[in-house]
Amino acid sequence: MANERELTMSKAIAEAIDQEMARDHRVFVLGEDVGIYGGIFGATQGLYQKYGAERVMDTPISETAFIGAATGAAAEGMRPIVELMFVDFFGVCMDQIYNHLAKNTYMSGGAARFPVVLTTAIGGGYNDAAQHSQCLYGLFAHVPGLKVVVPSTAYDAKGLMISAIRDDNPVMYFFHKGLMGLGWMKYHQRSVTPVPEEAYTIPLGKADIKRTGKDVTIVSLAMMVHRALDAADALAQEGIEAEVIDLRTLVPLDRETVINSVKKTHRLVVVDEDYHSFGMSGEIAALVAEDALDYLDAPIRRLAVPDVPIPYSRPLEQFVLPSAERIAATARALME
Amino acid sequence: MNLSKEQLLSMYRQMWTIRIFEDEMAVAYMEGKSPAFDIGSGPVPGEMHLAAGQEPVAVGTCMHLHKEDTVVGTHRPHHFAIAKGVNINKLAAEIFGKETGLGKGKGGHMHLFDVEHKFSCSGIVGASFPPACGAALAAKKMGKDWVAVAFAGEGAANQGAFHEALNLAALWKLPMIFIIEDNSWAISVAKQLSTAIPDNSQRAAGYGIPGVRIDENDVLAVYEVVGEAVRRARRGEGPSLIEVKTDRLYGHFQGDPELYRPKDEVPTLKANDPIARLGAQLHEQGIATQSELDDARAAAKADVDAAFLFARQSPYPAPERALEDVFV
Ligand SMILES: Cc1ncc(C[n+]2csc(CCOP(=O)(O)OP(=O)(O)O)c2C)c(N)n1
Ligand SMILES: [Mg+2]
Repeated sequence: MANERELTMSKAIAEAIDQEMARDHRVFVLGEDVGIYGGIFGATQGLYQKYGAERVMDTPISETAFIGAATGAAAEGMRPIVELMFVDFFGVCMDQIYNHLAKNTYMSGGAARFPVVLTTAIGGGYNDAAQHSQCLYGLFAHVPGLKVVVPSTAYDAKGLMISAIRDDNPVMYFFHKGLMGLGWMKYHQRSVTPVPEEAYTIPLGKADIKRTGKDVTIVSLAMMVHRALDAADALAQEGIEAEVIDLRTLVPLDRETVINSVKKTHRLVVVDEDYHSFGMSGEIAALVAEDALDYLDAPIRRLAVPDVPIPYSRPLEQFVLPSAERIAATARALME
Repeated sequence: MNLSKEQLLSMYRQMWTIRIFEDEMAVAYMEGKSPAFDIGSGPVPGEMHLAAGQEPVAVGTCMHLHKEDTVVGTHRPHHFAIAKGVNINKLAAEIFGKETGLGKGKGGHMHLFDVEHKFSCSGIVGASFPPACGAALAAKKMGKDWVAVAFAGEGAANQGAFHEALNLAALWKLPMIFIIEDNSWAISVAKQLSTAIPDNSQRAAGYGIPGVRIDENDVLAVYEVVGEAVRRARRGEGPSLIEVKTDRLYGHFQGDPELYRPKDEVPTLKANDPIARLGAQLHEQGIATQSELDDARAAAKADVDAAFLFARQSPYPAPERALEDVFV
């Protein structure tokens, strides 16, 4: 491991796509600015230069048409990777996603396959305001028929992307902008990790315990994993050992890892950068209440974006995003 | 053209107000972002789409509009806002994230709302058309001669909402004007790589309404063509579609490396600056003296400087105010 090269998450994603494109001629990429630009967040960097405009296709700003086209091409046996530049833009194309891509396999009685990977950027913290800062993976996880992947490190990003591409089902792949390692946006250094050069897979539906601990379980994903790890570092100074679980995928959801951890720590904090109500944090709280209620020594706590659109101004935005300090304070309070 | 000297000078001054606003914003945006560029740092964080070079379409159009007319703009909205009469102090304050801004700092540069001047915009490409239809529909239902203008980029003309709105507006004969700003680019994608026909105004034929293409980035040309469309709309004869060739002098957003753009493009565009051209025209035709032109420009600069000062000196909103205003 020691001399293994390190990659940013965007490079890891692009490498995964590159290797799968080389291996499988049915894989192609389409989306806005995925060509020469390499994807606004770098997820397709270098691919256009290598594979050309036939396999890395810049699209018009017509999300309904090109995401629907990905579904249609997949039905014919192609394996499209289609990018929705920011998840916030789903509004212009949701019908093709949730009424078609998500449901067609079921409505065909399992006869039709849609091996589409729909990649999209999520997350705030850099003042891009209400229409460019949301996470919304909970919304897509709510709809049956879409697998939902949300990596937090370069290592996970590559393995999960390869699994996503090889999966015969629709997979939505959410990358957090603040974890991509971009030259123009501050990123969490911990997202940059050693990444093997060869292709490898990480199974969808397997959470990762990013830090082990015996006192309190913190469940999260994407950027909030890193905030939780920062909080855990602070808590460790005080003798509190937090266990940090990175869900990595919401669908399938690794209930077992969460339950086993809570059975050990007896305390649960769920941290989410998505909206508070009707989402991931409620789902995790519910499954623990269902399967491990008797093990809890303290109430379940949730930290998420209070139910407001993401505000623009820095003090407002910072107020609504869970911080390491608030995560630590919440965990600490459960120990008292 | 039936424009008075005052009107022409006012257009000239407005174009300068927009240009100086954008140029000063470009500078303010870079504060706190060097040596390492970080989009979230400095007094003006987040994405920043500037409209320098695109003044003619906004100013030439809005000269025809009254306060009661509605304008819906795009993610690149400052020129429309200024031309529609939005208070530039509040505009600047919003972009600086201050409590005194149009949306108390909640909206930001792509999400400007001025209820009084009936201006709004959105960061979602193609989102301007449907609400403009609604404003036009409301005017019609209320028996007013108000019109609604939807601006959008040439990239937005490939969005479904554009075509749905065109049909709706044509079907219901709405007092509406669709204006496409063709600056040749949608981020890195050139128009000819995204659009099946070279001229979006031809698409009007599909909906049975007038379509006009203006091939020069010229405020007087815009003024003339839009004037006809506005009069037609006010007469109750329905919508028009106009595409205007215009020039994006900055990158798509500030910090755009623009690797996709031919190196000589921007210098060529700058050599054909629409504000300088109008100034020269007014001078040559003896409409305005050089000192009148200089005064107009200086007045524009004074307005912008005052707006930026107001923005900088205004307080940030208290953090807890993030929880307010979801509902009225
Ligand atoms: C529905 C939607 N898709 C994609 C984007 C990302 N995006 C923002 S601006 C832009 C290009 C817009 O091009 P154009 O309409 O020509 O306007 P311009 O930027 O040239 O003013 C894109 C793709 C978006 N904001 N909304
Ligand atoms: Mg454009």
